Amino acid sequence: MKLPQKLVQRAVQVGFLLSLLLAWHLLTATGMVNPLILPTVPSVWKEFTLLVASGSYWPHLRITLYEYFVAISIAIPSGLVIGYLVSRSRYAIRVFDPLFSSLYAVPLIILLPVYILYFGLGPGSKMAVGATIGFFPVVLNTIAGFGTVDPLYVTAARSMGATGTQMFRHVMVPAAFPVVLTGMRIGLILAFLSILGTETIVSLSGLGHQIVTLGELLKTSAMFAYIAFAIIFSFLLNWVVSTAEAKGRRHAP
Amino acid sequence: MNSRDAAIKITDVSHAFGTEGDQRRVVALEHSTLDVARGELLSLIGPSGCGKSTLLNIIGGLLSASHGAVTINGQPVRGPLPKSVAYVFQENALFPWRTVIQNIELALTFQGAQGKDRSRDAYEALEAVGLADFADHYPSQLSGGMKQRCQLARALSLKTDILLMDEPFGALDEQTRMVLGEDLSVLLARTGKTIVFVTHSLSEAVFLADRVAVFTARPGRIKKVISVDEAHPRQPDFMTSPKLSALRNELYELLHDEIRKTMIGTGEVVESTPAPARRAHR
Repeated sequence: MKLPQKLVQRAVQVGFLLSLLLAWHLLTATGMVNPLILPTVPSVWKEFTLLVASGSYWPHLRITLYEYFVAISIAIPSGLVIGYLVSRSRYAIRVFDPLFSSLYAVPLIILLPVYILYFGLGPGSKMAVGATIGFFPVVLNTIAGFGTVDPLYVTAARSMGATGTQMFRHVMVPAAFPVVLTGMRIGLILAFLSILGTETIVSLSGLGHQIVTLGELLKTSAMFAYIAFAIIFSFLLNWVVSTAEAKGRRHAP
Repeated sequence: MNSRDAAIKITDVSHAFGTEGDQRRVVALEHSTLDVARGELLSLIGPSGCGKSTLLNIIGGLLSASHGAVTINGQPVRGPLPKSVAYVFQENALFPWRTVIQNIELALTFQGAQGKDRSRDAYEALEAVGLADFADHYPSQLSGGMKQRCQLARALSLKTDILLMDEPFGALDEQTRMVLGEDLSVLLARTGKTIVFVTHSLSEAVFLADRVAVFTARPGRIKKVISVDEAHPRQPDFMTSPKLSALRNELYELLHDEIRKTMIGTGEVVESTPAPARRAHR
């Protein structure tokens, strides 16, 4: 019963996407829409296969990935360390948790002009945006994860004579892990989205920059091919990160 | 009782939560004195909030008493004593991210054991409670009764002289707790451990214990200690015997007024019984 239901769901999802594609094709193939505004499906497909086969996406993707890895290697460790330190004291949680939550609710992209001023138009400002936006879900979930470990686990471990280090390693970390992992998933995804988005606003290079450049040159087929490429890459990243999270959460408290 | 035979000596222990002068300060336990003999199974019973779990935590060194002293094997208790005292908690205190056997191995690690003895000891403890086939299951895959068996195995694996149990069957259904109670009696008769056992169930208290300490409503004091003179392991038919019924009824009478007192305090019962008759007079 379960498997067919899942198959039906998948079929509906695929059908929905295909019908969008079909509508697009019908609109453009009949000449109802100017191909400069919306290119035909075959022309985008041709550009897409060309860009994948030639590897011409690589110089752009490489920049974006470089910005991304720098951003997350700032956002995740700092989120984990600061979150853990805050979670150590009830007082610090009361002070910093609302503070971080409020900042997280602000559209932090408004900091972009500041970052451009400090770090320039190049990758530096993208890293700063990605690191800032990726930091908050990590820090908030780390506070939540370590701050809400069931006291019974701690009491039980204490009654068995656990030392401070053992308590951290065998009780606190595994108990907090699933919640922290969710924060990391959200941080990893948001950092990527914000970097890609920022590249389309102001940049000198990267995947987002390439999309904007092609648009400005009115090479709409190639632009759509790059958009498709960026979407597929984001899907893949989300899938990898979500799968890792699901694996890590298997025996959540 | 000769004090040298006492595994646990509780001398004039009082405990309050909150600092003095604070309006929310709650005196949970007052001037309790009690000795637990080596190899004895003592049951603590009383209304909710009477401080019986507090007393258990003070004995185990998880809580330090506001006043009074507890000694274990003649040594004053100043903190957890993992080599002498093991716990079985009411709720599921197993670590859900570890399998059954890994839970027990971790307890042994915490206690300070090393090497391959650990997995052998862990496995033996699981066999003793009949859970050997479930060694590689995760706690979430076990029923409530099996989880408590696993907790018991974890406590037994630590090979302590003293076992403290805080309503270990509190969250289980009547039939499961009946079977577990019988098994526990057999198992514990073999080990000869000193056990302090908190429960809400009158029949469970009488069925398992050598002595039952009855607490008053909060602030809890020991109202009376009743002896159950019956050899271990207790047979299933002891549950239906007139002796058990008589003791159970005695406990009921001792507890009844105390429980009413607690309920009035919380507003769950408006007046003492019989309320309907009073209304008729108005």
